[in-house]
Amino acid sequence: MARRVQPVSTYLGAAVAALLVLLTFGTLGAVAWRAEGLSGLRTSDWLAVRFTVLQAFLSALISVLLAIPVARALARRSFWGRGALITILGAPFILPVIVAVLGLIAVFGRNGLFNTALVWAGLEPVSIFGLQGVLLAHVFFNLPLATRLLLQGWLAIPGERFRLASSLGFTSSDMLRHIELPLLRQVLPGAFMVIFLICTTSFAVALALGGGPRATTIELAIYQAFRFDFDLSKAALLALIQFGLCALAAVLSLWVTTPSGQGAGLGRTVPRHGGAVWLDAVILSLVSIFLLLPLLMIVSKGAGTILGLPESTYAAAWRSVWVAVASALLTVLLTVPLALAALNLRMRLVEGIGYLSIAASPLVIGTGLFIMVYRWADPVGLALPILILVNAAMSLPFALRAVSPALAEIEKDYGKLADALGLTGMARLRILILPRLRRPLGFGAGLAAALSMGDLGVIALFADPENQTLPLALYQLMNAYRLDEAFGAALLLLVLSLSLFWLFDRGGRANVDA
Amino acid sequence: MLTLDAVRATQGSFTLHAALHVPKGARVAVIGASGSGKSTLLNLIAGFLPPNAGQIAWDGAPFAQLPPGDRPLSIIFQDSNLFPHLTIAQNVGLGLRPNLRLNAKEHGEVAKALEQVGLAGFEARKPAALSGGQQSRVALARVLLRKQPLLLLDEPFAALGPALRQEMLALVAQIADREGLTVLMVTHEPQDARALTEMSIFVDEGVVHAPVPTDALLDNPPEALRAYLGQ
Repeated sequence: MARRVQPVSTYLGAAVAALLVLLTFGTLGAVAWRAEGLSGLRTSDWLAVRFTVLQAFLSALISVLLAIPVARALARRSFWGRGALITILGAPFILPVIVAVLGLIAVFGRNGLFNTALVWAGLEPVSIFGLQGVLLAHVFFNLPLATRLLLQGWLAIPGERFRLASSLGFTSSDMLRHIELPLLRQVLPGAFMVIFLICTTSFAVALALGGGPRATTIELAIYQAFRFDFDLSKAALLALIQFGLCALAAVLSLWVTTPSGQGAGLGRTVPRHGGAVWLDAVILSLVSIFLLLPLLMIVSKGAGTILGLPESTYAAAWRSVWVAVASALLTVLLTVPLALAALNLRMRLVEGIGYLSIAASPLVIGTGLFIMVYRWADPVGLALPILILVNAAMSLPFALRAVSPALAEIEKDYGKLADALGLTGMARLRILILPRLRRPLGFGAGLAAALSMGDLGVIALFADPENQTLPLALYQLMNAYRLDEAFGAALLLLVLSLSLFWLFDRGGRANVDA
Repeated sequence: MLTLDAVRATQGSFTLHAALHVPKGARVAVIGASGSGKSTLLNLIAGFLPPNAGQIAWDGAPFAQLPPGDRPLSIIFQDSNLFPHLTIAQNVGLGLRPNLRLNAKEHGEVAKALEQVGLAGFEARKPAALSGGQQSRVALARVLLRKQPLLLLDEPFAALGPALRQEMLALVAQIADREGLTVLMVTHEPQDARALTEMSIFVDEGVVHAPVPTDALLDNPPEALRAYLGQ
């Protein structure tokens, strides 16, 4: 209805949409304008393109294949700690990448538990660096995501169908053919594409575990072109290629209909008890160990040094906290007008713009912003503002995903009543919409804060001691082999990220009636 | 007087035709089978559905172009008439000022309206702390403060049991009498229509018939209404 269009919020929403287009396409344009033809790319750069696609493909494939038995075990077993395990499967999303990498090194690294066990058993130790390390870290992050997506699909199958199947005397191969395969065919392509897309822009993992001509992602090559060679045109070209790849993956993932992954209702189990119980037990134990052991290593090794870190590390931590808080608030400020405009204008396009940054890469945006401003302002002084802006833009899709359906629901449930009472404009926002959006907004802000807190991307471009963030400080401690301090810093980062998420999310839930 | 002059409205493939007068102060039931168009009629008057043709007016002043909140009417829906996150006083206060910036005098008016519906002292509570009947009373208190001449009821109090519903209808009648309200009530309960209204509008397959005495209509229903009532 035309009257529901509230000019103020619609203009604000249009402004946010314009800002996002500028951040994604504008920065890309700025970068492209600097590029001087494909001749700038060497063989090593094409190797990076190849490696990017290869590792993203393998990461997605392994995550999705491993997720099948895990999701199946979770779907059909009910056991003590199942709820906790499902919660843990959601945690990697807000876990700082660099913390997980350090935890994985503690388990799978040269002197880690895994290799110690191999040597003890008389076997050759394996290296965590290179392709296998990148895959290990990506599976660590994305196996839980794939499992949740699959589990959701499994639990969406009506219980009646399982009852029908057992009344018809289905064997487990009949079950596979008539129920499970159609489900997998429906969910797997979407899950695969989402993970492929996430891994395409992978930076921190490649920075810490990859590198060298055989294990450099495009994102890492952009960073190197920019930071070490100061070769803007090469960075620009790589950025263009990366955007093209992401756009292609994004279009493909829309085409294969992506599952949502955020739905509730993972609490029940499928009323069915086929298969070997011991096998499911082994699978779930292995996954739990794989996910928890690296974090336990961080906690146990970091507990001793968390209070004895260098002064500069605490300064970096404090800087990261306020950057994260600012970024979370900015995310909310961008999300609400955009979601309102999308709802009022009934335009999928407006909401679609909010998801653009998924296909963009933060380093591309950072590079573009640098190219735009370096003639007029000192980019080092602008590092933190740029960081806040880029982090907010990167978090926006997730916040939007939480807020948009809630907003539509508010209009559906209370829109007529509000209209009948003449509740319009800012009064509607203040009295109806914001109070009822508190939960999704708190959740979205929590995600944004945690993502920003743990981000090791744009800041690496502008890094200097004055504006170092905690993830960067941690990375430098790791590089300097100051591992005791690194574990302390990692524990600090872990605690701060989870606390920020918890505080924002909690703030959205407190004192909410009905 | 409420006037619908050659009004036509379409909703999807459904078209509603209405031409009628409702005298000021009358209490009129809107009766008809499901899908006949009685809720469409109410949505049309309340402003949730724009007419394609014709004029809607109160005392000769057309209002079909006004937004719902600016029309000379209050409406009570079947359910969710209150915002669950606002206090009772705030929910009622919306009837005075949608921006809720009330002065001391207006706070007094809210308290008085609550008193009139038997909810004195309930200001600070939230809707969830009230029974269904009490929530309906809050909605009526807000109607008092909106001070609009026309009251639309869309299958009101449907969530309440028969006894409680009769009690609420009696309260509506009392308020309507005292404030001189013109009432239009969509209902599918013949006894509700008899209890509250003296006139009834019969809606049949998109055609809105002029008001006739309720008892006469229900005692001797036309064929289409007879089938609906199951007589």
